[in-house]
Amino acid sequence: MRRSIQSKVTVVAAAALLALTACTTDPSIENPPAAETEGGEAATTPAEEWFDQEAFDEQSEQRSASFIGDPEQPWLQYLEGEMTDTSEFASEGAKKVCFANASISNPWRQTGWITMNQQLEVLQEQGVISQMETRDAQDDDNTQIADIDYFIAEGDCDAFIISPNSTAAMTPAVERACETGKPVIVFDRGVDTDCATTFIHPIGGFAWGIDTAEFLVDNLEEGDKVVALRILPGVDVLEQRWAAAEKIFQENGIEATDYFTGADPTEIKKIISDELATGDVQGVWMDAGDGAVAAIEAFEDAGKDYPVMTGEDEMSFLRKWEETGLTGLAPVYSNFQWRTPLLAVERIFAGEEVPKEWVLPQTPIPEEERADFLASNEGMPDGHYAKFGGTDLPGYPEVWQERQIP
Amino acid sequence: MSTLAPDRKAELRRDRSPRKDRLLRGMRTPGGAVFLLLLVLLAAVIFVNPSFGEPGSLIRFIGRTAPIAIAAIGQYFVIVSGEFDLSMGSVVTAQVIIAGNLIGQDDAKVLPVLLLMLVFGALIGLINGLVTTLLKIPSFIVTLGMMLALLGLVLYWTGGAATGNPADSFRQIGRGGIENIPVLEILPYPVLILLAIAAGAFWLMRRPYGRTLVAVGDNARAAALTGARVWWIRTRAFILSSLAATVAGIILVGYAGVHPSVGRGYEFTAITAVVLGGVVLGGGRGWVLSAAAGAFALEMLFALLNFAGVASTWRDTVQGIIIVAAVAAGARTWERRRRGASSATHDKQTPIAQPPAVGANEGGK
Repeated sequence: MRRSIQSKVTVVAAAALLALTACTTDPSIENPPAAETEGGEAATTPAEEWFDQEAFDEQSEQRSASFIGDPEQPWLQYLEGEMTDTSEFASEGAKKVCFANASISNPWRQTGWITMNQQLEVLQEQGVISQMETRDAQDDDNTQIADIDYFIAEGDCDAFIISPNSTAAMTPAVERACETGKPVIVFDRGVDTDCATTFIHPIGGFAWGIDTAEFLVDNLEEGDKVVALRILPGVDVLEQRWAAAEKIFQENGIEATDYFTGADPTEIKKIISDELATGDVQGVWMDAGDGAVAAIEAFEDAGKDYPVMTGEDEMSFLRKWEETGLTGLAPVYSNFQWRTPLLAVERIFAGEEVPKEWVLPQTPIPEEERADFLASNEGMPDGHYAKFGGTDLPGYPEVWQERQIP
Repeated sequence: MSTLAPDRKAELRRDRSPRKDRLLRGMRTPGGAVFLLLLVLLAAVIFVNPSFGEPGSLIRFIGRTAPIAIAAIGQYFVIVSGEFDLSMGSVVTAQVIIAGNLIGQDDAKVLPVLLLMLVFGALIGLINGLVTTLLKIPSFIVTLGMMLALLGLVLYWTGGAATGNPADSFRQIGRGGIENIPVLEILPYPVLILLAIAAGAFWLMRRPYGRTLVAVGDNARAAALTGARVWWIRTRAFILSSLAATVAGIILVGYAGVHPSVGRGYEFTAITAVVLGGVVLGGGRGWVLSAAAGAFALEMLFALLNFAGVASTWRDTVQGIIIVAAVAAGARTWERRRRGASSATHDKQTPIAQPPAVGANEGGK
């Protein structure tokens, strides 16, 4: 009796398992049209998670807002808003700055890191900063938490600069740095606390998504197909770019399919070739310009017309864009923001007030301005970013051309 | 074989099963079944997306899959000899970076750097092989160490970012092709390179080296007792694997361009392709062209998922399930064959010769 129950259970379990495996594989193969609509829906859910109407509207307005400060020095410009009083920090003498960096593992961060070091040189000569101790967390939350705690405990720091690796994980560590009573400057990615003296960042991901999606909508017709190439899921600045763009595509009847590429050109080429084999693609949207050239080459290899395309202000894209003459836009995630934290340190120790949230301008490069940026960045490597904002710094242009990474 | 007397040779020919039977039997092994799988997948892809079946699209697909197939052929040599090569992906990445950094826009440097890359590839294979065989460290660990060492080197050299693409003449190898060909439109160079390498590998596996390599993978001890220099045979397999990775890298520079992410995960794609091709992990069984077919089946599967519109977030999961299922099915078939079940029940037995009489020395010598 007992044995028969056991065997029955086994049979039922095996049948269930079979049914399960059948479910997971079958729909994708036997039922393509259904799978396609499912795909569309599945792709919207994560984007909705990241969508925030209030931030979307705010950033949309900020794109056309007027910034305070000299437009020749966009890295010092900011939007009107709450200011932090720093008179308590006013003091003489050169200060030691401690910088907890998330990583320099992509060309955007490398370009910024070079610029930051040239800015440091200037401030050291002026006697504002004695030295900057940097710890590179190599894209690891735990390493960065340890780095920040090390700085707090034995860094002998006068000020902290933190470029967080991720938002939630870094929040407690940033709060601990704030508790020391020394100035804390956060830039690029944000944290869930407003304890920092200033938080420096360009307008944001939604603004990027709005700029790029509106450009594609303006240059395409309803029903056109756009392939969206995304680097990786789960990073707020990138997810917000796509969340905004996807919303605008949907509202304007543009059919957009998104893929994660890991910025791998092989993957990008494969995706585009497959899409081109299925049907025509009229537009390409990217959440970062890394790999844009591979995407364009895929159209060349397939012998198809160039798409309308948004890349980034990376030199490789600007050059390929000019060479091919395609209709394009280079959105910018202002690389010059890497200068701002050190200049903020200067202001803070001078007792000058700084914006609580230091929103820097973020203006895309349209075709009319492309030639200027190509000229001012002549000789720069492909991984360089046109709006790096370091033309007035010592070492320009050799240091950036030779990629002298300290 | 060559020592067989002429009449024995004729006997062998006579006793061999008819070609049709042999083909059928071959199709029932995992190594043969992968070709059927490939055809089924191709039919499915064309069903979902008819334009894929056009000769121009197909040849481009073969061209872009060529580097993976070449890597799979390289990996086959190592796996069939009973080892692993996990350093393959990093070799590809390192070679891509070398090409980007050393060639630059200077056409004159193309040939010297190409030679340097091949020498560098062979050197990596030699180190992998010698450390594995002479120091008796498992190849899993040796090549894992090599993978990390090379990745570190690349990171140190580039800081993790691309420097720029090399001269177009070099990239033509992976991007260009013979144009104006009827029907196909273009015959990509990677397809020609793949054909040459596949033919070379096929030939090599029928040479004494190939036979011994499989024997070493099946039972290294027995092979050693027959006088095979196991360490040198395996080391050469590692060199072949690294050279294959180098060729894949050369093609990828052209096809995709220089980026530190090129080659990422190649070792696992190659191993999956080899296993999908019915080659047994642990060595001793499998056919080299099945490994290449495995690479095509794998890429065809990915294309199918793509065309079927599986959401990007689900693709990896579906791929994983299908791969595990395919490998499990393959392993079970071999297991059954090992026990002799399938050959006993399904195959007509054609004895090669009269069993020797008890006490007689076989062959009469």
